[in-house]
Amino acid sequence: MYDFLTGPMLWVTFLVSFGGLLVRAVMYVRGLHWQLDRVAYRPNMKYGMRGGLRSILAFIIPFKARLWRVRPGFTIIFFAFHIGLLVTPIFLEAHNVMLSKAFGFSLPTLPTMVADVLAWTCLVGGLFMVLRRIAFPEVRIITTFYDYLLIVITVMPFITGLIARYEMGDYNFWLMAHIISGEIWLLCLPFTKLSHAVLFFMSRMQLGMDYGIKRGGMKGSDMAW
Amino acid sequence: MPEGILCNKTPINTDEQLKLTLSDKGGKQYYEEMNHLEVDSDKLWGAIQKTMKSRTKTWLEICAHCGLCAESCFLYQVNGRVPEQVPSYKIQSTLGVIVKKKGKVDNAFMQMCMETAWSKCTCCNRCGMYCPHGIDMGVMFGYLRGLLYSQGFVPWELKIGSGMHRVYRAQMDVTTEDWVDTCEWMAEETEEEWPGLEIPIDKEDADIMYTCNAREPKHYPEDVAEAAILFHVAGENWTVPSEGWEQTSLSMFAGDWECCKDNVQNVYDAIERLRPKRAIGTECGHAHRATVIEGPYWTGRPDGQPPVPYIHYVEWLAEALRTGKLKIDPTKRIKEPVTLQDSCNYVRNQGLKDVTREILSYIVEPGYFVEMAPAKEHNYCCGGGGGFNGIGIYRPQRNMALRKKMEQIIDTGCKLVIAPCHNCWDAIRDLEEEYEIGIRWSFLKPLVIKMLDVPEHLLPKDE
Ligand code: SF4
Ligand code: SF4
Ligand code: SF4
Repeated sequence: MYDFLTGPMLWVTFLVSFGGLLVRAVMYVRGLHWQLDRVAYRPNMKYGMRGGLRSILAFIIPFKARLWRVRPGFTIIFFAFHIGLLVTPIFLEAHNVMLSKAFGFSLPTLPTMVADVLAWTCLVGGLFMVLRRIAFPEVRIITTFYDYLLIVITVMPFITGLIARYEMGDYNFWLMAHIISGEIWLLCLPFTKLSHAVLFFMSRMQLGMDYGIKRGGMKGSDMAW
Repeated sequence: MPEGILCNKTPINTDEQLKLTLSDKGGKQYYEEMNHLEVDSDKLWGAIQKTMKSRTKTWLEICAHCGLCAESCFLYQVNGRVPEQVPSYKIQSTLGVIVKKKGKVDNAFMQMCMETAWSKCTCCNRCGMYCPHGIDMGVMFGYLRGLLYSQGFVPWELKIGSGMHRVYRAQMDVTTEDWVDTCEWMAEETEEEWPGLEIPIDKEDADIMYTCNAREPKHYPEDVAEAAILFHVAGENWTVPSEGWEQTSLSMFAGDWECCKDNVQNVYDAIERLRPKRAIGTECGHAHRATVIEGPYWTGRPDGQPPVPYIHYVEWLAEALRTGKLKIDPTKRIKEPVTLQDSCNYVRNQGLKDVTREILSYIVEPGYFVEMAPAKEHNYCCGGGGGFNGIGIYRPQRNMALRKKMEQIIDTGCKLVIAPCHNCWDAIRDLEEEYEIGIRWSFLKPLVIKMLDVPEHLLPKDE
């Protein structure tokens, strides 16, 4: 079972997940329409790229966009959650041991302490995201079952991973659960709203191009995001 | 009854139909007929499949339901922060549902969508700046309005408005003759005080072709005269076209895209006919957006640019002051606290924030200009945008919407507000009427004229 999950199944998962995300990115670009979107992408590519990059940077750097500055509390939780989510699995020592076994290379790894803290941050961040969905009427009204489900899918690998890591209960069981939940998460990426992993960049880029081209960029006036 | 006599899926294309709809005071019969209007689900879904591209699709799909856009919307703020005013909710519960149900929605639902699209969003595009995903509800509401319009679910005034554009190619019943007459009349009147002043009509190869908002010839002809005075003093070689002079677009607010295209094409045709070096539009935000920012796309110009450089009045004025074509008498500058309304339609939507302030640096005594908070591209809508100002049945909602601007103005402590946008100007006037906070408001033209340092030879000779 372990061999299957970390062998062929892992391959399929990676393929579907990353391949799927790539397909979504390509489809996004192909589905743009200069006239209906009212952005002359091609003839003004330079302005567009500039605007697009500014727009992406403003939103991936904490406290850069005004949005992040007016809501510092949320910003900290949001970034902590996302950084934990991305950094932990990629640089976790255990993952890299597998990586080097399978492909003969590995990435730098995080000290256990840091990895632990990141994983916990992620869990706590996830918890906060759930709580604010319940607590604030403006978030409650737009929250659906699907939103909760996605949070569960996302934090499951962390919960199971931590349980296995602290060797609570049956290690093998939790390890298996961890692998399965991780694969479920990866498989969900291209097919659910989790696709925002790449579509965020596409959408941000598009709006940035819009501003960079027709909404001020060509007038030499940069948007103060 | 699938379609009414007044309320139906056919745009107003004839003078009779226009008069008939107009004579229905307040749209009583119109809205009554709307209750029986049938939704053509197949057509609706067909339109969505044809026009909903990856941008809108993705926006609807990836909205994280995080609610960060809530606070960005002034309508959410002034309406007691009720969750129903959260931008994401507004669009998901309307367009989102239509898409999910593949167009199979009923009359009551469409009426709810209409109310949301025209009374809960002014298409000010502010939320797009605050959504981490870059989801711009203003854009999506514009899209939704198009779908609603094509099904006949559009407020009475905007059905008429786009009908006006279709029949007269102006937002009001100003014909070519009316317009030419107004220009001649204004030239005559103004000439007494400004010897040599002209309003040249249809002059070819001029440096500037000036276009305006139909409200000017109809209700404020002095605005046309003021533009003429400033061009005259600046020594510009300018003209107005007899056809294609009207650059506003109520059809854009109504979601009548076919009509938008026709109107802008009319203006571009005038440019091609008269071959000016560039075109200058009046102090109007949505007119600028329609003819300059969105217009090129409606008419299918792949570079997204009008046929010649086409600028907003604030750009010309800043330039004229900068280059010394117009000189301000420093003793006549504004010496009282004054604030500026940043119109969404050319500030957030075209970045003209700094030129506007440059103008103020010439006409306001240093130290007297007070910024609203927030300002520039973060400024809030005046409260009457997107057609809101003109829609009778949503008047109470509109009056509520004005409160944000009221608070902002009160916070500056200024009694004078400069509003170089017709619609913002109207909203601020209405706001004073409604709440009586004791403010005055003005376009730039009359202010600047009062402060001009006029060269000797342009002044009338004393006998
Ligand atoms: S801020 Fe953006 S992602 Fe969040 S709820 Fe609003 S529209 Fe959706
Ligand atoms: S476009 Fe403006 S009015 Fe409309 S939802 Fe966004 S912030 Fe509110
Ligand atoms: S009326 Fe003025 S402030 Fe309001 S949306 Fe239009 S341009 Fe913006």
